[in-house]
Parts: sequence; structure tokens; C-alpha cells
Amino acid sequence: MNINATLLAQTIMFALFVWFCMKFVWPPIVAALEQRKKQIADGLADAERAKHDLELAAKRSAEILREAKEKAGEIVVHGEKRASEIVEEAKVQAKLEGERLITGAKAEIDQEVFRAREQLRTQVSAIALAGAGKILGREIDAKAHNDLLDKLVAEI
Amino acid sequence: MSSEAHTSADYIKHHLQNLTYGQLPDGTWGIAHSAEQAKAMGFWALNLDTFIMSLLLGAAFMLMFRSVAKSISAGTPGGLQNFCEWAIEFIDSSVRGSFSAKNNMVAPLALTIFFWVFSMNLMDLLPIDYVPLLMSALGVPFFKIVPSTDPNATFGMAIGVFVLVLYYSVKMKGLGGFVGELTLQPFGKWGMPVNLLLEGVNLIAKPISLALRLFGNMYAGEMIFILIALMGGAWAGASLGGVTLYGSQILLSLGWAIFHILIVTLQAFIFMTLTVVYMDMAHQEHH
Repeated sequence: MNINATLLAQTIMFALFVWFCMKFVWPPIVAALEQRKKQIADGLADAERAKHDLELAAKRSAEILREAKEKAGEIVVHGEKRASEIVEEAKVQAKLEGERLITGAKAEIDQEVFRAREQLRTQVSAIALAGAGKILGREIDAKAHNDLLDKLVAEI
Repeated sequence: MSSEAHTSADYIKHHLQNLTYGQLPDGTWGIAHSAEQAKAMGFWALNLDTFIMSLLLGAAFMLMFRSVAKSISAGTPGGLQNFCEWAIEFIDSSVRGSFSAKNNMVAPLALTIFFWVFSMNLMDLLPIDYVPLLMSALGVPFFKIVPSTDPNATFGMAIGVFVLVLYYSVKMKGLGGFVGELTLQPFGKWGMPVNLLLEGVNLIAKPISLALRLFGNMYAGEMIFILIALMGGAWAGASLGGVTLYGSQILLSLGWAIFHILIVTLQAFIFMTLTVVYMDMAHQEHH
């Protein structure tokens, strides 16, 4: 156990090892550790954010659902109202139409009655003429007695 | 091995002798074959066993970490990467705990010290006779497998740390600040010689305590392993006493080895922590 040049050799070797470690060993490993630390932190932050997003989405979906329900209710109410309106309208219209038809029919009937009466009257006058002619025994000159006939027709 | 005193002494000496390469008395360069020859080589000699073992161990763990560093990803770690990441985080947190300034060098320095010292100390747990036996079979006279029982290794590291401490002291405080720290406290400028003496001792004590603590612990541990091994070596035939000694060697070396696992780790950790603390002090304006 003498002190000799081994001392120097060991010092130099020590310096070289320290240099090697400082240059080629420590930085990449520490960098990787840092990177992993960052990745983990990022992952946790992402998870936290996702959780938050999920909460927001849940809240939002509940809101949308609630809105949709409200709207559906509104639509139903509106539809019912509209349906009853339509029914009412239809009723009114049907009534009007009915009245119109009745009026038309009445007018037609009146007209028909009038026409029948006219016809009847003409026929009656013709029959009266024929009767009168027979009674008188001769032909009545239609032309000569036109005004008389007309008076007769008007009277019938 | 017999129970005779001088062969026991030889056994111990043999185990404590480094494989030294240097200039032999006849002027040629070669490996010393005795402690006297090694001593005679003077300063310009190299303890090959210390050098080779520490180089191999240091290179092994550096390459291990480097292979992980090359293929590392921030994804799911596995196997070796897990271990290296654990090691780096352990070192990083202990450096953060005791080093407050900003210096990118301190943490890698601590990592290197911890694993290098740890692996060198760990060689102590190999059965102490195997490697020297293997080496003598290969014709190598000595081989001390634990580099940290060689003061050259521990002082070599401590000197490295000391140089860094001096460098950063001067860099952070300026030359004047550093000299002022050495001479102007604790007694003010009129007690300058006393201050210099006290602070100088304080400063020098850092590397010396670092080196001697590690060396002393590992050397003592190694010595106890040797002594335990001698117990079994002392058995003479299949007598009751011999068997008892042999059995107690097994039990004692097991016990000591288990205890030594603690010392191995603890000494590496202490060396690292003290280095970090000294570096921190070098970066502080006041201490």
C-alpha cells in the first residue's frame, strides 16, 4: 500500500468517468424523466379537462332534452288548438254551405213553381179558349180576342 | 496453510499487497514480486490490480447507464431502464437535498462517485481467496481485488473532488473571496495566521477525511475477512477443534459479509453525500 502513480491514474480516470457521465449519461436520462413527468402531468390535466367537458356535456344534454320536451308540449298544445280551430271553421263553413244550398234549392223550387204555374196558366187559357170555342160553336179569332185572352190569363 | 505465526503473517501480507508495475532494482520495468520490491519502485509505479479493477468496474457501470441513456424513452420503462431511472432519481433527490446552488456537474459527479465506489466496495464480498488463487495460477503474484482498499484509489478520487472544490470556490467567490474566507475568519483580520491555520486545516481535512474514511472502512473490512479466513486455515486435521473453527469461519464470514453489504453501500453513500456537501460549501458565500 504505497502511494504511487496509481494516485494520478485514479484521479484522471475519475475525471474521465465524471465527464462521461455528465456528457452522455445524465442529460438523456434526466430529459426522459422530465418528459415522462410532463406526459403524466399532461395526461392528468387532459383527464381532468375531459371530466369537466363530460360534466358540461351532460348538463347541456339535459338542458336540450328539457327544451325539447317543452317544445314538444308547446307543439302538442298548439296542434290541439289548431285542430279545434279547424273543426270550428269547418263547422261554420258547413253551416254556411248548407244555408247556401238550402237558399239555392228554395230559389229553384220557387222558380219551378212559377214556371209550372205559368205553364198551367197557359194551358188553362188554351183549354178555356177551346172550351169557349166549343161553347160558342165557332172558332174564336185569336187575334181578335187577344187582349181578352191576355186579361183572362192574367186573372188565372 | 498451517497455524504457524509467520505463515499467517505471510498470508495477510500477501492479501494486502498490490500488484505493482514499475522500475525494478535492476533497472528493467516489470511487476514487483515482493512488498520490498514494490516499495523500492518509489512513486513512479502503477498498482495494476487497482487500476484494472477500477477501470473495469467504472467502465461497466458507465456502459450500462450509457446503453440505457441511448435507448431511453419517456414511455413505459422496463428492466434495466427502471433501475437506472431509480438510481438517477435517488441521486438527484439527494443532491437536491444538500446542494442548493445551480451546477449541472454536481449530480453526475455524485452518480459517478456513488456507483463507482459502490461497485469497487462490492468486490469485497467476493470470497477473498478465489481471485488471488486464480491469479497465482495464471502466474500473477498478487491481486488485490478491492480497489477501495488501496489508498491510491480513494485519495485519487478525493483529490479529484478537492480540485473541484478549489475550482468552484475560486470561481464562485473570486480569488479574493476565497482567500478572505481562509484568512479573515473566525477571528477577524488581526488573527490572520490563526485563521489561516484553522481554515487551512478545515480545507485540507476535507479530501483527507473523504479518502481515509473510505479507505479505512474498506481496509478494516477486508482485514476482518482475512482474519476470519485464517481461522478456517488454522484447522489441523479432523479434530473437534478444527471442525469447530472451520464451521465458525463459514458462519462468521457469512455474518460479516451480510454486515458488509451495509458498509459497502453506506461508505459509497457517505462519500457521495460529503462530496455534494463540500461542493455546496464551495458555492456558498458564507459557511
